[in-house]
Amino acid sequence: MSGILVVEEARRDGSARIFQETLAAGRKLASLTGLPLEAAAVGEPNKNIFLQISGPPPAAGHAIRHPLLETYTADGYVLAFEQLIRKLEPAYVLFPHSYQVRDFVPQLAAKFGQVLIGDVTAIADGPLFERQLFQGRMNATYRHEGNGPCFISIQNGAFRADAASGGTMQIAEFIPEIEPAQIRTKPGEPFRESAQTIDLGSAQRIVSVGRGIKEEANMPMIAALALALNAELAASRPICDNGWMPMERQVGSSGQTVAPKLYLAVGISGAIQHLVGMKGSQCIVAINKDPDAPIFEVADYGIVGDLFEVVPALTEAVRAAKG
Amino acid sequence: MKIVVAIKQVPDRDAPVRIAANAKWIEERELQWAMNEPDAYALEEALQLKEKHGGEVIVLSAGPERVGSTIREALAKGADRAIHIVCDDLGARDALGVARLLAEAIKPENPDLVLTGLQSEDLGLGQTGVILAELLGLPHATLILHVEKTDAGLKVKRELEEGWYQSIEMPLPAVLTMQSGGNKLRYATLMGIKRAKTKELRAVNAAELGVETAPVVTLEQIAAPKKQKSTQMLGGSATEAAAALVEKLKTEARVL
Repeated sequence: MSGILVVEEARRDGSARIFQETLAAGRKLASLTGLPLEAAAVGEPNKNIFLQISGPPPAAGHAIRHPLLETYTADGYVLAFEQLIRKLEPAYVLFPHSYQVRDFVPQLAAKFGQVLIGDVTAIADGPLFERQLFQGRMNATYRHEGNGPCFISIQNGAFRADAASGGTMQIAEFIPEIEPAQIRTKPGEPFRESAQTIDLGSAQRIVSVGRGIKEEANMPMIAALALALNAELAASRPICDNGWMPMERQVGSSGQTVAPKLYLAVGISGAIQHLVGMKGSQCIVAINKDPDAPIFEVADYGIVGDLFEVVPALTEAVRAAKG
Repeated sequence: MKIVVAIKQVPDRDAPVRIAANAKWIEERELQWAMNEPDAYALEEALQLKEKHGGEVIVLSAGPERVGSTIREALAKGADRAIHIVCDDLGARDALGVARLLAEAIKPENPDLVLTGLQSEDLGLGQTGVILAELLGLPHATLILHVEKTDAGLKVKRELEEGWYQSIEMPLPAVLTMQSGGNKLRYATLMGIKRAKTKELRAVNAAELGVETAPVVTLEQIAAPKKQKSTQMLGGSATEAAAALVEKLKTEARVL
């Protein structure tokens, strides 16, 4: 086919958003290269996988079917996609940058002597693929050299899904050859640690704290600010890793996604894993000692300074304003 | 259990990064360096497995001479010995090229388990462990928070998205990439630092490993990120900035 193959991933909640975004990235790449677009997914051709296409449909769809693919394993998916890619010979293969993709696509790419260009945020003429370095403090552009399929994964939220309703396309079944002995790992059912009792997703105001707080003993200062603002408390991953805040109050790709009216980020540098969980907030305030911290790229208001001075002053100012 | 832990030295999180003159990388002079944090969690898991089941922990790192300080830190925390792949052109190699170096150094050791962090804090590629598994012909699992040895091999706890987890059973030998937060990181003790000086640190020249170096993916250039919003920066003293912010939040953003 020598085209662009966009791969969908079945999500636990049935959402097709990240597929639609990957499709939008595929269309961008198609417009730059003039190559045709096709789609692939693991599952039944008549199930919902291809029915949620938004915008102009790809030229063809490939439904990969095998009983050993019903539960995800890296071994099974690598075997299946390796066979499909050898058959179709696409120039580019695009995936959403999900945990699952991170688990198997680097291995799949290595089978072809290739390297995944992961977590891509933009595609420019060349084609050049943009991604972040140093936890979001730098942007880098990458180029694919030589022959062989180019593997790309697209960052969640980086491309806008086409809002138009999609058309239909021809879907072919692809049955890979997989033997049970080739699956070396035995995955269990997904589970949650405990019933999630805090739904930060519906909070109106959130005060969120990061590494800048330095010590657990400093946490009450943040709680006082949250109390004054009548806000929920949240944190970036390292704070929860340290046990200074319960895991269920973590905002970011491995925690909750929030969109409050006010998101006040204290001592959070703004690594992409955190930003994806909060950049949809209506008003973002950042307090950080580093003027180059990436959190300021998404903030509406910023204060560069020592949080140990700014936070108590802010708590006082909020209390005073309330009278 | 014989465990190899692949660790990377990265710029210290708080060190300011500046773009180098050629715009291909950052200015490395005067930078402070540290152990990649997810790799520190991989090392911690390895040390705990050794404490429970016995065996040996070998740390492996590729990079120029300065990497030695991070390797010594790992030895001081309790690793038994170390292999340093001396390589001055790490940045010119892609993830596959780096994984090939590590794989060649790991093969003669025949470990039961290979651990590494889920990603590096500088490049953030998150691929090295998975590619290593492919090159070594071993099964793997990523984003692992907890490792339990069983009769048949391992039972690991894997993090999924949005607060979900999963258990995975797998045979040994295997490769795991560790997520942060599963354990509490230990500090090196004074005794540990003293002992580290006597532990074996073997240097291997990258050229001796005889791997393909031509990258299939190249970094064209780096740049400061573009702003997504026009941020109003509020200056003055802490009290002035706080008062200005409250005013803005009340009258402009109307969120108070």
